[in-house]
Amino acid sequence: MAKMIPMKERGKRTPRHMPEQDVHKRIHNFNEVSLGYTKEDAIYEAQRCLQCRSPTCMDGCPADINIPEFIKKIVEENFTGSYFEILKTNNLPAIAGRVCPQEEQCSKACVWNKANKAIHIGRLERFVADWARDNKIHLERVGIEKKNKKIAIVGSGPAGLTCSADLVKIGYDVTLFEALQKPGGVLVYGIPEFRLPKAIVEYEIGEIKRLGVTIETDFIVGLTKSVDELAEEFDAIFLANGAGAPRFLHLPGENLNDVYSANEFLTRSNLMKAYAFPKYDTPIKVGKKVAVIGGGNVAMDSARTALRLGTEEVHLVYRRTSKEAPARKEELTHAEEEGIIFDFLTLPLKILGNEQGDINGMECIKMRLGEPDESGRRRPIYIDGTNFILQVDLVIVAIGTAANPIVARSATGVKTNKWGYFITDENTCSTTRKGIFAGGDIVRGAATVISAVGDGKRAAKAINNFLQ
Amino acid sequence: MSKIIRVEKWHDVIYSMWIKALQISMKVQPGQFVILMIDEKGERIPLTVADYHREEGWVQVVFQTVGTSTMKLAQMSIGDEFFSFIGPLGKPSEIKKYGTVITIGGGTGIACIHPITRALKEVGNKVIAIIGARTKELIIMEEEMKEASTELHITTDDGSYMRKGFVTEVLKEVLQGEKNVRKVWAIGPAIMMKATCAVAKPFGIDVIVSLNAIMVDGTGMCGSCRVTVGGQTKYTCVDGPEFNGHLVEWREFMNRLTRYTELEKLSSKMYKKKCQRK
Ligand SMILES: Cc1cc2nc3c(=O)[nH]c(=O)nc-3n(C[C@H](O)[C@H](O)[C@H](O)COP(=O)(O)OP(=O)(O)OC[C@H]3O[C@@H](n4cnc5c(N)ncnc54)[C@H](O)[C@@H]3O)c2cc1C
Ligand SMILES: Cc1cc2nc3c(=O)[nH]c(=O)nc-3n(C[C@H](O)[C@H](O)[C@H](O)COP(=O)(O)OP(=O)(O)OC[C@H]3O[C@@H](n4cnc5c(N)ncnc54)[C@H](O)[C@@H]3O)c2cc1C
Ligand code: SF4
Ligand code: FES
Repeated sequence: MAKMIPMKERGKRTPRHMPEQDVHKRIHNFNEVSLGYTKEDAIYEAQRCLQCRSPTCMDGCPADINIPEFIKKIVEENFTGSYFEILKTNNLPAIAGRVCPQEEQCSKACVWNKANKAIHIGRLERFVADWARDNKIHLERVGIEKKNKKIAIVGSGPAGLTCSADLVKIGYDVTLFEALQKPGGVLVYGIPEFRLPKAIVEYEIGEIKRLGVTIETDFIVGLTKSVDELAEEFDAIFLANGAGAPRFLHLPGENLNDVYSANEFLTRSNLMKAYAFPKYDTPIKVGKKVAVIGGGNVAMDSARTALRLGTEEVHLVYRRTSKEAPARKEELTHAEEEGIIFDFLTLPLKILGNEQGDINGMECIKMRLGEPDESGRRRPIYIDGTNFILQVDLVIVAIGTAANPIVARSATGVKTNKWGYFITDENTCSTTRKGIFAGGDIVRGAATVISAVGDGKRAAKAINNFLQ
Repeated sequence: MSKIIRVEKWHDVIYSMWIKALQISMKVQPGQFVILMIDEKGERIPLTVADYHREEGWVQVVFQTVGTSTMKLAQMSIGDEFFSFIGPLGKPSEIKKYGTVITIGGGTGIACIHPITRALKEVGNKVIAIIGARTKELIIMEEEMKEASTELHITTDDGSYMRKGFVTEVLKEVLQGEKNVRKVWAIGPAIMMKATCAVAKPFGIDVIVSLNAIMVDGTGMCGSCRVTVGGQTKYTCVDGPEFNGHLVEWREFMNRLTRYTELEKLSSKMYKKKCQRK
């Protein structure tokens, strides 16, 4: 059995690389890019952990995972124990291990980061979760006392799933309502298969169902039933409907035929499996030359999806530089490796088309960076006379999302701010109406999976307190 | 789960289906629609609710087979369950007492205009209904429409039944005769709705049209269904499907309906081949 290694040894080791699918192959398929650690890799990496007395890594984890503890159990080859340790606070480890920006969170806060050798905590989390899945390890619920209280959760993204799991674990009767035909939120309709395989999402949701959560898909809160009606049937409600509405730039030509929102493009491909058209019935257009507007994860996902669908040339058009781009560094690197052309410091002005509505180019202008703005990022400024036409025939607008008002409209007394996001108490997630809580993207605006998980946990605690 | 409780084939390409959908039947209002998926690999298909029964818990849809998904739908029979069935979607029609109104249905649009016609009459309007189709066999729900309206006119393009010509010709005559028409509803092919607007415009009468934009989710999440109305981008699924036809950017709307024509052709060719092999 593996064991702890001397401190000196830990210092000598370099972080363990995670194998990836060959770049030339992967641009032609939708299989996962990152291949995950082997048992040996995981133990090797876990042995580097210093088992800090006051682990700074945990300050960086919105899900409060006991990081040194689960890592220690990997070293001890007690993978089941390690899995259960993570499950204490995070019900979606295989997902979080794949999509969390650890470099901005736990790994950034890891003491090793100063030496540029932060522990790859996410890869370890992913290994443990994958191992548990392969070995059919399940969390069993035993001797939980039923609390005779019913809770409704609206939306089955990471916030809703987490809140449901935490509440059902302590004995509540939980029903999760989801508008789409499949639960998972952005995890199923947004993030592509090659980054987060849908079978894994399905599995982790299955584990939450096993705990006893009832999931009602095809149920649009606000249309099928209002929040007010749910409030009559349930003792508490958690609103976690995400920030699902697409945003556009309001450019001339934006309603031409082949201008997609990233939401439409990704939903067709991921949720409806249009990448397998015509085996699946939902079609998706494959442009010859595609421009993706934006610089975040959503833009990277759209660009890489377009490439895999068979687009010859994919341009990423972003008005700042890679340094300001909000996408994870890993995604930028992957996109670059795969041959996405980065047109940084470029602003689209107009999408050009013919009478039939087909796109025949996009007019852009070059930018330079000026002084920092309110967000601290340097403000892009036009360079006069640098207009040019990018020859593209399909455009994907990936500049973020906004609140969809359907849920809020049906919830009397639940106040929203001027962007339509619910106003909540930071610690308890409670809204302005008693018994109704909210969290995830519909409070924060487009944020992260793990911050949604964090909100789900806080809300579960607060709901439990409220119902005592 | 939503189960089919009755199917009728009205014509080679027109089918009517009654589906048990308790929650939707309780909530649905005239003008609203549902989205269904036949199986896990299917598309999300939007269809207008042609009728509903709150006590018995069903909704009726009437559809025309135009491509793969609707051909597959036509293969389903009593007892079959849908993989997914959601609704009611879209804003209800604005039903109130206007005085005299006209409702127009073309093709399967007749089924869509039916509940609106009935509701308008129920609240005390004089409702002049005009329905039309290419040929006699495609005139559907004649009895229901007669009952739902105050006065019913029927046209066929080829003159095989009732009056020969387009619904718009009748509309013009009615507008010339009736002085107090407050509003017109028109549902059918885009070209017919556009033509209706053109006829009503000189009379200064608003035409409410129901747009069948290409949709995915139907809940305001993807923007596939966007259309320009009065210079603003609207989502047909949540802001519509009914809009003031005089403000609709028809060219753009009709262009966007052709977004997937090539792929749809490929898909239905393959589907037909598959059916032949069976
Ligand atoms: C393409 C893309 C890539 C991303 N990549 C990353 C990444 O790599 N790492 C990361 O940390 N974050 C990433 N994010 C952000 C992250 O996915 C979100 O912050 C997170 O999913 C928010 O979780 P949520 O539970 O609040 O909402 P969502 O995941 O949005 O889920 C909300 C759910 O509510 C449902 N719903 C909405 N309205 C209703 C209604 N009326 N009735 C019933 N149900 C309703 C929706 O259908 C949806 O299933 C990405 C986002 C996108 C779009
Ligand atoms: C709000 C709304 C209500 C509708 N009500 C009815 C109805 O009551 N009866 C009826 O027969 N039809 C109705 N339609 C149209 C119906 O949804 C389409 O005919 C059907 O989706 C076509 O699918 P297909 O695969 O058979 O045909 P395809 O071969 O895919 O396409 C044929 C035509 O249908 C249109 N279409 C394709 N996909 C969609 C989609 N996802 N959403 C909308 N249109 C699409 C395209 O413009 C195309 O020209 C409605 C559409 C909308 C948006
Ligand atoms: S800070 Fe880094 S080294 Fe310390 S316990 Fe956390 S992961 Fe291990
Ligand atoms: S169908 Fe997706 S926004 Fe209307």
